[in-house]
Amino acid sequence: MRRLRGKLSPYLLSLPSWVYLLMFFLIPLGSMLGMALATGDPLDGYTMSDNFQEFVDAFTNYQDTFYRSFWYGTASTVATLLLAYPVAYWIAFHAGRYKSSFLFLIMLPFFVSFVIRVEAWQFILADEGFIFGPLKSIGLLPQNFHVLSTQWAVIGGLVYNSFAYYVLPLYVVLEKIDRRLVRAANDLYASPPTAFVKIVLPLSAPGVFAGFLLVFVTNVGDFVNADILGGPGTYMIGNVIQDAFFVNQDYPMAAALSSMLMLMLMIAILLYSKAFGTDAIQEYAA
Amino acid sequence: MSEDELPGNSSQQAFLRGLTQPRLTRQNFLRGAAGTALAALTPQISRAATVTDWNAWWAAQKPSDQFVFANWPYYIDVQGNGSDHPSIDAFTKQTGIKVKYMEVIQNNAPFYAQIAPVLKSGQPTGYDMIVMTNHWELTELILQKWLVPLWKEKVPNFAKYASPSVVSPAYDPGNKYTMAWQSGFTGIAYNPKLTKREITSFEDLWDPAFAGHVGMFNDNTELGSAALLKLGIDPATSTPEDWHKAAATLRDQKDKGLVRQYYDQSYINALQNGDIWITQAWSGDIYQANSKGYKDLKFVVPKEGIMMWHDNMAIPVGAKNPLSALAWMNYYYTPEAAGIIEDYINYICPVPAAKDYILNVIKDPAVANSPLVFPSDTDLKKTHDFYAFKSYAEFQKWNSIFNPIIQA
Repeated sequence: MRRLRGKLSPYLLSLPSWVYLLMFFLIPLGSMLGMALATGDPLDGYTMSDNFQEFVDAFTNYQDTFYRSFWYGTASTVATLLLAYPVAYWIAFHAGRYKSSFLFLIMLPFFVSFVIRVEAWQFILADEGFIFGPLKSIGLLPQNFHVLSTQWAVIGGLVYNSFAYYVLPLYVVLEKIDRRLVRAANDLYASPPTAFVKIVLPLSAPGVFAGFLLVFVTNVGDFVNADILGGPGTYMIGNVIQDAFFVNQDYPMAAALSSMLMLMLMIAILLYSKAFGTDAIQEYAA
Repeated sequence: MSEDELPGNSSQQAFLRGLTQPRLTRQNFLRGAAGTALAALTPQISRAATVTDWNAWWAAQKPSDQFVFANWPYYIDVQGNGSDHPSIDAFTKQTGIKVKYMEVIQNNAPFYAQIAPVLKSGQPTGYDMIVMTNHWELTELILQKWLVPLWKEKVPNFAKYASPSVVSPAYDPGNKYTMAWQSGFTGIAYNPKLTKREITSFEDLWDPAFAGHVGMFNDNTELGSAALLKLGIDPATSTPEDWHKAAATLRDQKDKGLVRQYYDQSYINALQNGDIWITQAWSGDIYQANSKGYKDLKFVVPKEGIMMWHDNMAIPVGAKNPLSALAWMNYYYTPEAAGIIEDYINYICPVPAAKDYILNVIKDPAVANSPLVFPSDTDLKKTHDFYAFKSYAEFQKWNSIFNPIIQA
């Protein structure tokens, strides 16, 4: 009896998480898939059916938007990594006793509402704003130059907003690296770059991996940056889903698009972890 | 500051809505799949019996000494610290009815999304009067039978004072469910310093000289209507064939790189910042931008005509104090009340007689003589109404034609 309880206890202890998953993930997921297949309209109500046409329509109509979202997501995540890594590295290795102050400074902007921060960029980057206005009037920039309403503004906004989310996981792994390993490498005549490539980079791989997932998944589905900083032709799939839901009240289409986005993200993550997977990282790090 | 905050607000709300909205779908879905195991998990909500005889219903209502008024922000007169509304105080003094005034409506679609699940389950919304624009959501409220037919005998002032432009509109023939609160124009605004010429026509939104600096609305009802007017078609009587033509000219405008962005309320920032030189615009915004110090900006009634929208008072079913709400409507349709309110909000007054009141009693000729607040009969002749959708299928048809322009 005691042995049985011993065997069951991990499952019993994890029961709350299972209930949580069921209530807030599996049931909503099921209802979303059901909605995607339903037919009807908001006035007469919906009936269950197997209307797979909705998925076909969703893909044929919004194929380009899907590609665009994944391109923005990938580009912004890679750019964030390239920016965040040196910062995290510097804080972990060289900030000394000011580590927590610097981390706090990085988190500080995030105490202001997300939307307000994106909104602020609208003023900073305005065509005749306080940066581009003077540059244009002294002729350093052509009159027609603008950053807002381009894909670079959207990608830039995504990078800006995900920066801290990448710094933190990178900092955590970099901070844990045993400094004696780096010193040993130096003692064995490895140049600092070699020591970095052979020791620090491999040991920080789990942070790179985790941060990439965290940032990539959020950025692909984002709609706020495209909404505020974008222009014609920067519509992301998040914007389309939002329109389908709130403006057009086309719930089956919104559900179909959401399901497809989720599926595509899952496939992307699967491929990604196959390529740079956790197993490989563990071995590499060991 | 209000305009500065609006776009941010809309996105932020979208977040909140993102969290709350799935309830609606789940409910709809469950209704469809009543027999499935999933449905068995949730309690069935019993729907309140629908009223069939509204005359009997009205007769059974008892007078009350209060009502709850849900309106948009900055949409009534204000005195002092912002919570004091002289028009409401005067109403309370006159009738003894207290008004709980709430600025809870930021936009039609999100507000509809908030109240629809409540109305669908047969519960009262908690509001006795709401204000909705003559867009699809208002039509939907009427089609769903979620608005109380008004008891006209209790609102004699409407027949006496209402402007012809708000009497028996296409979206609510005979004013069965609604009475206008305010109207407004959607025309063109521009910055003459940047356009370097006068703007007179919708054609100017297609002028290659302004490439990359033209603002259009992302509300596809507004977007499509502007293109229809450009083609010389009256949106109110247009056909799906016309819609395709309008979409083609909009696509042309986009493909040629003329459009800077399809904007929500944030167009006013972009116009003030100089990002756009010429744009679709709401008259009230430009009036307020001018008084805030952006004196260069101009609003024009294009030669092809102008769109006129109407925000309407209506009583949602389940309202607890419908007689008090009617009393307010009757009070609003007097030159005094409409004048006090109009002198503050400056859209288009549905009570033309308020002009004399503002001129002679309030003594504010700037508002009374403004053609944007009290348009002349010739201007009113140039106004057009939105196409009034008759079914969800029509609404979806319109969307399927105009959405790809914004989304692609």
